[in-house]
Amino acid sequence: MPETPLTLWASLPEPLVTVLVILFKITLILVPLLLSVAYLTLAERKIIGWIQVRMGPNRVGFFGVAKGWAQPIADLVKMLMKEFIWPRKANRFLFVLAPIIALTAAVGAWAVIPFDDGLVLADVNAGLLYILAITSLGVYGIIIAGWASNSKYALLGAMRSAAQIIAYEIAMGFALVGVLLAAGSLNLREIVLAQQGGVIDWFWLPLFPLFVIYFISGVAETNRAPFDVAEGESEIVAGFHVEYSGMGFAVFFLAEYAAMILIAALTALMFLGGWYSPFPDTATETPMIGVLLGPGIHWLVLKTAFFLFLYLWFRATFPRYRYDQIMRLGWKVFIPVTIVWLLVVAVAVMGEVPPWFNHPL
Amino acid sequence: MIEQLFFYGFSAILIFAGVMVITARNSVHAALFLVLAFCTSAALWLLLEAEFLAMTLVLVYVGAVMVLFLFVVMMLDVNIAPLREGFIRYLPVGILVTTLIAVELAMTVGARRFGLDIMPAPVRQGPEYSNTETLGLALYTDYLYPFEIAAVILLVAMVAAIVLTMRRRQGVKHQKPEQQVTVRREDRVKLVKM
Repeated sequence: MPETPLTLWASLPEPLVTVLVILFKITLILVPLLLSVAYLTLAERKIIGWIQVRMGPNRVGFFGVAKGWAQPIADLVKMLMKEFIWPRKANRFLFVLAPIIALTAAVGAWAVIPFDDGLVLADVNAGLLYILAITSLGVYGIIIAGWASNSKYALLGAMRSAAQIIAYEIAMGFALVGVLLAAGSLNLREIVLAQQGGVIDWFWLPLFPLFVIYFISGVAETNRAPFDVAEGESEIVAGFHVEYSGMGFAVFFLAEYAAMILIAALTALMFLGGWYSPFPDTATETPMIGVLLGPGIHWLVLKTAFFLFLYLWFRATFPRYRYDQIMRLGWKVFIPVTIVWLLVVAVAVMGEVPPWFNHPL
Repeated sequence: MIEQLFFYGFSAILIFAGVMVITARNSVHAALFLVLAFCTSAALWLLLEAEFLAMTLVLVYVGAVMVLFLFVVMMLDVNIAPLREGFIRYLPVGILVTTLIAVELAMTVGARRFGLDIMPAPVRQGPEYSNTETLGLALYTDYLYPFEIAAVILLVAMVAAIVLTMRRRQGVKHQKPEQQVTVRREDRVKLVKM
């Protein structure tokens, strides 16, 4: 009996089919994500180059055209070819584990991100909590890397990062509590659905302080400039990953950029209406481009790209914060502001203030 | 069937991690094994559909408490040898305390109180069931007073800890950010005609 792939598929036991389908969905999320990471590095170098009146990468292209566009691939090949150096007396197991933890935390949170209404890998009802829990694991990658490297600079970077991430995670958590209050749900899909409507209906307006604080805390959580004291190349060489070479370094790099895209996507989902279009519903009747003007995944991608651009813009324009300034901003400014604004949001939700909170929860 | 496999897998890891926490020689390794123990117990709670508790365990204990722990432990320069002195001398007291705790634990969480006949396995709820919502409702209605009192006690403890550790040193030059941001050009730059 000839076995076509279809009959083979039907003959598989049901649990195996479920697992295979889930693995396929994971690939569908991961491959575009990793490609975005690759080209985000190129975008970063190009954009910062233009801001500083330089060209950015402009040599490696495909078949002599699109100069610079093959730069991420060239970098990847370079990283793969490089030798992996073991520092003497480093803890081998933890030294390898650290970049893996960092990447797992940055990639694992994507499981509950809804890309469109119903387009989500795991539609869990504690999605927001899951995101917070998983992203809080990311700091272990940095701390373990710093400790296992058996290097002063790496340990200093890890210590700085630990204190910074604890401080900003609290502000971030409070900002998320505001979102949870406003949407009345922990499920990310329902949070977006609660923002149905135009630009005015999105949560950025009623939660404006939380929106700003969330994004700034996100920048601090991902250890990006101006909060990159964990790396601080002018003070402690490269901080926690100073001893990593080759693929170990590349995996840290991957994790950092995947976490950046995650924070950008989350900000878009929770404060800028996710996949909703800024145009009114009537815009979908426009000939030719009507579909593009309606809600869809492309709006989420656009909003995410906007926040990623902000990341790069910050890096090109702001000087690095000093350590005590970071602590002051986190503990003395952000946390009090979020707590006050939580009270305001709670009152607004109880008072059913239109147009955001007048729908039944 | 698969659930049981997961249960025994996670339980085995949990017990292994728990044993390693107290036997590991390196204190950083011990702290990391504690992290592993927290993560696996969170997984066990997830199997019980207690997703709020599981996520909070990871978020609070793994994401915050243990990070601070590691922060301290990594900076310690502990010499193990003096700590191991007098092992035999303290052994009887140690055994006594251990037995006491074990007996107390067996009496409170033993089969007499938490056996399957008294506490049957929870019913499987549908996907619409929200553990977080149920817990929140119970905390803010039935257990409002204990909850609020616990919160106040924690707040008092926090304020007390800050008061105890805070010391104002004399003669320290502090940065005053509010003055820095309100500074005007005229205060700093003076144009002089030459």
